Amino acid sequence: MAVTGIITGSLLILIGFYAILSKNNLMKMVIGFSLADTGVHIIIVALGYLKGRTAPILDNALLAANPETLVVDPVPQALVLTAIVIGFGITAIMLVFVWRLYEKYGTLEISRIGEAK
Amino acid sequence: MVRNLFIIFILAGVASMFAALALGYSDPVALGSAASHYVSKGLAELNGVNIVTSVVVTYRGLDTLGEVTVLFLTASILSFFLKNRSHETKSESSELLTTASKVIFPFIFMTGLYIVMNGHLTPGGGFQGGAVMASALLLLILADNKTDGSPTLFTVLESVSGIFYVLTGVAGLIIAGGFLDATVLGAGITGRLLSAGAIPLISTLIGLKVGSELSTMLVKLKNASEV
Amino acid sequence: MELVILIVLSLVVIFSAVFAVIVKTLTSAVIASGAVGLFASVMYIIYDAPDVALTEAAIGSGLMTVVFFLILSRMRRDENG
Repeated sequence: MAVTGIITGSLLILIGFYAILSKNNLMKMVIGFSLADTGVHIIIVALGYLKGRTAPILDNALLAANPETLVVDPVPQALVLTAIVIGFGITAIMLVFVWRLYEKYGTLEISRIGEAK
Repeated sequence: MVRNLFIIFILAGVASMFAALALGYSDPVALGSAASHYVSKGLAELNGVNIVTSVVVTYRGLDTLGEVTVLFLTASILSFFLKNRSHETKSESSELLTTASKVIFPFIFMTGLYIVMNGHLTPGGGFQGGAVMASALLLLILADNKTDGSPTLFTVLESVSGIFYVLTGVAGLIIAGGFLDATVLGAGITGRLLSAGAIPLISTLIGLKVGSELSTMLVKLKNASEV
Repeated sequence: MELVILIVLSLVVIFSAVFAVIVKTLTSAVIASGAVGLFASVMYIIYDAPDVALTEAAIGSGLMTVVFFLILSRMRRDENG
């Protein structure tokens, strides 16, 4: 079941890289970056999944037994929490730069921006 | 043509890397050593029921401090690049929208505050609740064109929360085991709201800081994008 | 049973991502990327990660789409390639 997540995340990263590398429009590049970011997060959370266990929140049923054998890995979840917020901040800054480029050159296509210089 | 071949070459290389990861993946059967320590000793040391929040706030507290710093830098860069264009005339906003948004806003804000304060008991924490509170403010500023929230309140709230967050960490250095140690305050009874040491306090501070930062970013983006 | 749900969600995520990259109108591309975040949030629930699902739904799907649209409202909405 974790393999499904790894394959999905890898495909998302590939789609995001394809958008960054081959598209002419700046907004498509930013969207591709956001998609690749989401793919990385899915892979990390999928790697922390253990079969047959439950979420790392100790309720009464888990506290009665030994929680170490009943709980999914909490460390990748903590890392992905941080990564989502930072990815949002980076994408917001990228969007502001795209807007400034549009204000200066009047177009969103990098081929025309490259010629105009 | 060469460019397309180059792109296909790069994508094939990345794909082969991930194929190696997916094919050679075998399901793990036990937690790693650090994770098993967090799970088994986390309740005894910190008394927090939500293990992910105790990991984020205390065990990996320095990462959270770095993340809060990155968010602060993001808000600063956005404020630096987006000039206020409030001298442009803004379109009229309908009275139905503004009244309805003012009715709905307290509920969303209360949900965000609940998520923040119960971070150590249920899924939630500072970042999630902060984002929900920023969404509540976004509803207000999108419905009413002329309002700006209150920018000075957000700036003051953000700075004060950040300062108190670092002061709590330093207090952990002086009183308890190390920087950002949550045993500064008492452990309390498991499952109560005021338990788990300083984790609710740190969660609230992070939630306020993130909420006001995101609100500032949204207000700046909206003011710059007034058509 | 969970595996079937996961596979269906993965297919929807991949389809939305391909749609976001291919379509010509920028507005549709931004909404599709918001949909990717939404279905990724449901995938996180199936992987027993409720905190990550909350964060992805609030920030990755909600606020990110709004920020995209706030910037996009200043520019032309269509694109060429």
